[in-house]
Amino acid sequence: MENMKNFFRTLFDNNHRSRTVSYLIVIIGYAVIELMLRTGNLSSMFQSLLVPVTCYIVAALGLNLNVGVSGELNLGQAGFMSLGAFTGVCLSGVLAPVISNGIIRLILAIVLGALVASLFGFLIGIPVLKLQGDYLAIVTLAFGEIIKSLVNNLFIGFDQNGMQFSFVENKLNLAPGGKALISGPMGATGTQRISTFTIGIILVLIALTIIYNIIYSRSGRAIQACRDNRIAAESVGIHVANTKMLAFVISAALAGAAGALYGLNYSTLVPAKFDFNLSILVLVYVVLGGLGNMTGTIFSTIILVLLPELLRGLRDYRMLIYAVVLIVMMILSNNEKVKELLAKARQSLPFGRTKEVEE
Amino acid sequence: MSEDRTPVLDVQGLGIDFGGLTAVNEFSLRVFNEEIVGLIGPNGAGKTTVFNMLTKVYQPSRGTISFCGQDTAKLSVVEMNKLGIARTFQNIRLFTNLSVLDNVRIGMHNKITYSNIDAVFRLPKYYQQEKEVEERAMELLKIFSLADKAKITAGNLPYGAQRRLEIARAMATEPKLLLLDEPAAGMNPQETEELMSMIRFVRDHFRIAVLLIEHDMKLVMGICERITVLNYGMMLAEGTPAEIQANPQVIKAYLGE
Amino acid sequence: MAFLSYLINGLSLGSVYAIIALGYTMVYGIAKMLNFAHGDIMMVGAYVAFFALNTYGLPVIVSVLLSMLACTVLGVVVERLAYKPLRNASSLSVLITAIGVSYFLQNGAQLLWSSSTKVFPSVVPSGSVQLFGGQLSISYLTIVTILICILVMVCLTLFINRTRTGKAMRACSEDKGAAVLMGINVNQIISITFAIGSGIAAIAAVLLCSTYPSLSPTLGSMPGIKAFTAAVFGGIGSIPGAFLGGLLLGVIEILSKAYISTQLSDAIVFAVLIIVLLIRPTGLLGKKISEKV
Repeated sequence: MENMKNFFRTLFDNNHRSRTVSYLIVIIGYAVIELMLRTGNLSSMFQSLLVPVTCYIVAALGLNLNVGVSGELNLGQAGFMSLGAFTGVCLSGVLAPVISNGIIRLILAIVLGALVASLFGFLIGIPVLKLQGDYLAIVTLAFGEIIKSLVNNLFIGFDQNGMQFSFVENKLNLAPGGKALISGPMGATGTQRISTFTIGIILVLIALTIIYNIIYSRSGRAIQACRDNRIAAESVGIHVANTKMLAFVISAALAGAAGALYGLNYSTLVPAKFDFNLSILVLVYVVLGGLGNMTGTIFSTIILVLLPELLRGLRDYRMLIYAVVLIVMMILSNNEKVKELLAKARQSLPFGRTKEVEE
Repeated sequence: MSEDRTPVLDVQGLGIDFGGLTAVNEFSLRVFNEEIVGLIGPNGAGKTTVFNMLTKVYQPSRGTISFCGQDTAKLSVVEMNKLGIARTFQNIRLFTNLSVLDNVRIGMHNKITYSNIDAVFRLPKYYQQEKEVEERAMELLKIFSLADKAKITAGNLPYGAQRRLEIARAMATEPKLLLLDEPAAGMNPQETEELMSMIRFVRDHFRIAVLLIEHDMKLVMGICERITVLNYGMMLAEGTPAEIQANPQVIKAYLGE
Repeated sequence: MAFLSYLINGLSLGSVYAIIALGYTMVYGIAKMLNFAHGDIMMVGAYVAFFALNTYGLPVIVSVLLSMLACTVLGVVVERLAYKPLRNASSLSVLITAIGVSYFLQNGAQLLWSSSTKVFPSVVPSGSVQLFGGQLSISYLTIVTILICILVMVCLTLFINRTRTGKAMRACSEDKGAAVLMGINVNQIISITFAIGSGIAAIAAVLLCSTYPSLSPTLGSMPGIKAFTAAVFGGIGSIPGAFLGGLLLGVIEILSKAYISTQLSDAIVFAVLIIVLLIRPTGLLGKKISEKV
């Protein structure tokens, strides 16, 4: 009994509160939605958003580690999602005759998507992380565009003789019964849709666990140290480039995993989907949710994905309103008076964050 | 101080040029174990530049730095710290968004051996080492009278406490030589008095050498066993506090003609 | 000879990038923000010019001036309403706000003028100059584009270097705090910067649409990103840098389209940018940033 009490106390102590709250939100959200699904209370439009929302959350959580915790602006998250998506689609397509179980293929696709994206993240990180500030941001943007452009020109097919690749021009010569997996600008077509909401939620929970466990560890502290003061971090023996690389690679891996889940949720997927606008969209989720605040990221992603759908009644005005909401929220969240009010409101909440007291 | 021991730090003919301008030249210094040495001089004399060369923030143009008998020509900032040199900064450089405790824990970065895998899967090694780290960090905070402020965000500490935290963080890296860049700047006389006993305590307790830059003559004369005076990037004098106080050249440099 | 022709076309496209990049770089230099809505302000300029020319049949000069006026006003209004309240906010908040403005302008344009593509009339008579006995033909539009870019660059340089306001702008870009102490009205300078940057974007809009005549609400996105790339290429904050970066980017784009691959030209442009930044981490003409320890 005493043990149980202690356990619950640790769940809500300073180190674990935010983590516990975010797990709870995800699990409760899942339960509510499952209930609505079972009772048939969820419109098909919302049902179609379930998997994409989990994908965006995972990609945004990863990006928050990169932008919020590590403090490096990354404008190319969509590129890593693209890598994960098309890797996942290919793997699932190739394995389809061998493994009939969709869930197993989905999990393998997610793992491989994450691996490929993190490998690219590592290779890109070597040159990129030598740069600082806005220069680093533009190079991530450039890499995102390069990846988009390369995938746009990639043709991959699969027949009894194995995989076939060609670049720029479609030179695939598939044997009868062969299947084109990626056809350049047309992207992936005829993909078997195997993504499920449950796997999406599990992926969100795994992403949260990885991120929190890293943040509250040696590496996580080092990542934050490099963000706060690069020179001081070096002076206590922290290798800044390696540390930033870790955050960058984890962020890329999560984007890759999210991409694989996303790609296998649609029967067709064009490379142009993963463009600069998507990178920006994910960044907006992160900034609006609060830098370094994972619970905030989850909330802001859900709200911002739903907002345009909820505004559908307003037809043509919905994206205009979306834009205004974005601007107004940024202005308000940086307004001193609003900040004060929020701080007060937070203190009056029972589980409100008691910010460290000043002397 | 017997000269037959190997010095912790042995600097010979150190110099650096910035775009044709010589900032420091022909700087030589030996620091022995458990010694407190002062580096003084008027503003702009090149004292901090010397620190920046010793920690490889700047790559010296000339001269050699050997640390515990090892040549350090090819080493980076990170490697210098791993070798055993820790420092504080004239313009305080804390991890301002992190807690006081985390600042010290970050200092122990290279003393922790668990991997990211241990951290992600929360294996026993993680818990065991994190416990040790926290205990050691709290010990250090006690020495610098910061234990009660462990959970406070470092950026919210008062000035004097920030300076002490920087020393605590440097000590967390378990150095053999501690470089302090104006540790008493901005402190009131009472705080300075406390700082002096802290520096002495750290030296005696951890048995390390301390090299410090300071303008507060009471502190310098009070705790330094030897002093080196720098003026216009050149060494002006070297000796015990008494010798330095009596040196006419030093007096001239400080007071003018 | 084909190479020369590609080179000149590249310079022409590069001139357009350069003019947009100038706006990016000026705003960055003074307000220290990435104004991602800059390309969309240009798009609005293109629509204004289109309606002036097509619907009201106004003369070219009048249309261009109207378009510049509209962009200037729009730039200043956007700055006042959206960016000014964020003067002390983190650069990321400002970035997201700029993206919000970009969405707003794109969707606003779509509502007002529909998303269907309009055909923009060229403002320069068609025809070309024949050189080397007809082996090399350069269209009037190409020549006009390059000349206007040079003119804009020269005027801007003179303005920045010779006038009181220009000096104040340079002071703000060096050190805003010190500029305030010298009695410079920083808010006013920022407004002027947005006004000029947006105003010249209208010129770029007209030139761009004369070359590529299809007009749509997303017109500004890609040239915006390219111009931003050009500004970083040359060293963001540097005016000659934006000019050089823009020209080089245009030339690289056209040459890689001609000699390597049309589909991969964007990838090549961005790859060159990355290589340049790896060799010179602050762009071609950017100032080296070093932190005092």
